[in-house]
Amino acid sequence: MTDANLVSLALIIPAAAAFLIPIFGRWKNVRETVTLIAAGLLFIDVIALLMRVLDGAQPETAGFEIIPGLPLVFKVEPLGMLFGVVASTLWIVNSVYSIGYMRGNNEPRQTPFFMCFAIALSSTIGIAFAGNLITLFLFYEILTLSTYPLVTHKADDNARAGGRVYLLLLLGTSTVLFLPAIIWTWVLTGTTEFTVGGILAGKADNLTVGILLGLYVFGIGKAALMPFHRWLPAAMVAPTPVSALLHAVAVVKAGVFSVMKILVYIFGIDFLSASGQNQWLIYIAGATILIASLVAMTKDNLKARLAYSTVSQLGYVILGAALANSMAMIGGSMHIAMHAVGKITLFFCAGAIYTAAHKTEVSELAGLGRKMPFTFAAFFVGALSIIGLPPFGGLWGKWYLALGAIDSNQLAMVAILMISSLLNIAYLLPIPLKAFFGKAPGNPGSVGMQEAPLPCLIAIGLTSMGCIILFFYPGFILELLQLIDIR
Amino acid sequence: MISAHYPALQVVIPLLGAVLCALVRRGSIAWLVALTVSWIMPVIAAAMLWQVLADGPISYALGGWEPPWGIEYRVDALSGFLLLLVSGVGAVIMPYARTSVASEIHASRQAWFYTMYLLCLAGLLGMAITGDAFNVFVFMEISSLATYTLIALGKDRRALLAAYQYLIVGTIGATFYVIGVGLLYSVTGSLNFVDIAGKLDAIENTRPLLSALAFLTVGISLKLALFPLHVWLPNAYAYAPSAATSFLAATATKVAVYLLLRFFFTVFGAGFVFETLPVSNILLVLSIAAMFGASIVAIFQDDIKRMLAYSSVAQIGYITLGIALANQSGLTGGIVHIFNHAMMKAALFLVLGAVFYRIGSVHIDSLAGIGRRMPVTMASFVIAGLSIIGAPGTAGFISKWYLAVGALEKGWWWLVFLIVLSSLLAVVYIGRVIEIAWFRTPSEACEGVQEPPPMMLVPIWIFTAATIYFGFFTDLSAGIAGKAAETLLGGLK
Repeated sequence: MTDANLVSLALIIPAAAAFLIPIFGRWKNVRETVTLIAAGLLFIDVIALLMRVLDGAQPETAGFEIIPGLPLVFKVEPLGMLFGVVASTLWIVNSVYSIGYMRGNNEPRQTPFFMCFAIALSSTIGIAFAGNLITLFLFYEILTLSTYPLVTHKADDNARAGGRVYLLLLLGTSTVLFLPAIIWTWVLTGTTEFTVGGILAGKADNLTVGILLGLYVFGIGKAALMPFHRWLPAAMVAPTPVSALLHAVAVVKAGVFSVMKILVYIFGIDFLSASGQNQWLIYIAGATILIASLVAMTKDNLKARLAYSTVSQLGYVILGAALANSMAMIGGSMHIAMHAVGKITLFFCAGAIYTAAHKTEVSELAGLGRKMPFTFAAFFVGALSIIGLPPFGGLWGKWYLALGAIDSNQLAMVAILMISSLLNIAYLLPIPLKAFFGKAPGNPGSVGMQEAPLPCLIAIGLTSMGCIILFFYPGFILELLQLIDIR
Repeated sequence: MISAHYPALQVVIPLLGAVLCALVRRGSIAWLVALTVSWIMPVIAAAMLWQVLADGPISYALGGWEPPWGIEYRVDALSGFLLLLVSGVGAVIMPYARTSVASEIHASRQAWFYTMYLLCLAGLLGMAITGDAFNVFVFMEISSLATYTLIALGKDRRALLAAYQYLIVGTIGATFYVIGVGLLYSVTGSLNFVDIAGKLDAIENTRPLLSALAFLTVGISLKLALFPLHVWLPNAYAYAPSAATSFLAATATKVAVYLLLRFFFTVFGAGFVFETLPVSNILLVLSIAAMFGASIVAIFQDDIKRMLAYSSVAQIGYITLGIALANQSGLTGGIVHIFNHAMMKAALFLVLGAVFYRIGSVHIDSLAGIGRRMPVTMASFVIAGLSIIGAPGTAGFISKWYLAVGALEKGWWWLVFLIVLSSLLAVVYIGRVIEIAWFRTPSEACEGVQEPPPMMLVPIWIFTAATIYFGFFTDLSAGIAGKAAETLLGGLK
């Protein structure tokens, strides 16, 4: 199969699943099989692409012009490849988990749920492999729109209110800031193609670069840079598999990935650091990291706490992009993958706790560890990986980020990274510790095992093992990222 | 050769069809006549547009009387585009009209509906095709009078009042128009567009000419519902029969926009209108007021048909914004939005017609949960609604892209932000309906409701598919609009 076909296939597989799922909607098991087969096929396809990219190829499709000079085109470069691998791998795990969760909770309207999920995955792949800004923007918006029904899934007042914030903030930032930035770039340079070394050098003066940078990083609301982070906590009304999709598989990752990609391939890292306009972005990213961590400490709702933790962790990736040197970029990109695996574990655990024990608040969890030892052990692993301790994958992202900060002489940022890790410990570790060693309120009764459904446990087991495996074998990610020609 | 007479046939066939409908008086037969006529029209229009794109404008002397004394029918890229749009919309809506009209209009009046529809079609096509200023007035009156009747045929008694309101305002508009034409005639002695244009250079900036421009602009603006001259539109659209609303929303105001373009660019000349006079600034302010004012009002409407009517006023603001920009990209954006907006608004109004057919109401409360009962129909509402918002992958995005590029080329970066901010308002009013239709428990009105019959569903989805198709394949829409803009801007340097 040619490279271009592999790229198209990666988009078509989940799209075809989205088409087939409502057809088989009546037969639950067939419907779920469609999801699982599509996830498996996509994974194989993406791995085949990964092999080519590791060999130095950059598969691309022929362009298709919607407006003269403005084509839809896909091109797989190392950064997009990494995101594609993360999303497609986690889709398998997430599907397994979704099946267990949705059935375990007797959720209504499962067919549209799985359909929207597949559309979201197709658009995520579209974002990952987009060859220019307009293609990226198209799939970015489809991702927002296809996840809105997922966020609003429960269809009660809370869900609708959360969905409203989600939709308005994401669509609002993207149309009011992101789109004008793309049009402006196009008018300035006559292209929107992702080009090694950037396309703005020599075309835009310093002030324009600063304004454009602001439009891009705030316009990509999915990156949840403060003050445009409100949609993420608002979206916690969604069922847990959706939270996992938002926080780990697709949405926020699409945000920080887009920021990274635009900084590397539209601005160009050297051009950006030479312009000095990245300085303010460094400080905003640093502030986001700290403030979001502090807010997380005040939240008693488990999913809200995890949501603010995500906002903080996304700041790391933005910081990596903003520092504008190769070490930091590698660290930031790596953190996309590492955080994804860690955070999906935590959300899976939160969902398992809700399914098995119907608990949502941190303060209610005391003593629950004895009923759900497996879940809380996995939570412990995920938490340690997010904090960035060995032997867990999360270490590597922070490691390279710190190296990058030192490279740029941003010692304040090194300090922020350390403080943030301490804050992570403070708001994440008490959860499993209290669950294991705290006392359950009232009569403890019989302490039998009461875990979530088996598919959920399988998924949790896989991702928590992923956290450990990535510590020992981060090599292929590093190899991939070193292929990025930053010039 | 019959093809030489296509321009005349474009108007004569629907006129004859109207007479036939009036004579047969049976709804079903009248519908067959209207359907046949509606399906022939786009074929003729397409043939003419094809010829224009290949060989340049067609000039047809009606009755063999040579212009400028006789009436000239003149088809260029822009009018050909309009002819195809108007006749194409009619052709798609007609199959839908049968079921919808049968349920909304008393059997004894159905033949009248088709008569008036064909008269209206003839008038609109005539306005687009003729190259004679007074002949435009004649066709304007034909289409307007037919429109008043179409609106008055609505089931709701308030339809009468709406029709009366439009009658008054429309007559003022037509009167202003004819006064403007009279003034032009008094200084040039001609009624032919091209002929007048050639004689204006000598008398630029004289008072009669300025008055003529003022009268024409205001008169036509009333017809195209330019903010704040739009007051007739919301009631008219809200109370007219569903099929009529879809047809009028997609075509009537668009032909009026065409007239404005014709007078500004072909007759008076862009240099005179936009450089000597402050027309650009006036249009700019009014367009922005429409984009924001009408969108905000739309947010607070509980009758969804009315909501879409206000949305139309806002969308017309985008079209006139393109005219105000008066550069290649901006004008292309304005003209292509004539076409794109016709596709999406027709789809949206047809969806509402289908909902009305099933549950007898388009009030927001009765729409609760309708998406779960009529998913195929309401999916069309979502897609066409996204196009109104201007989401990428839909036709609406293409329009806004061109408009924004046009604004940036002028250095008006603030206008780019106004354009995107106003689409955010569309997110609110479209999103509100989507949220209620899909994410609420179905209301009692929706109990046991099914999808509408295929005769309704297919036209709905033709327009819906068109909004997606023209979001990706823009040769036919933006390509031709670009050519038309080039002719309008280039002919007058």
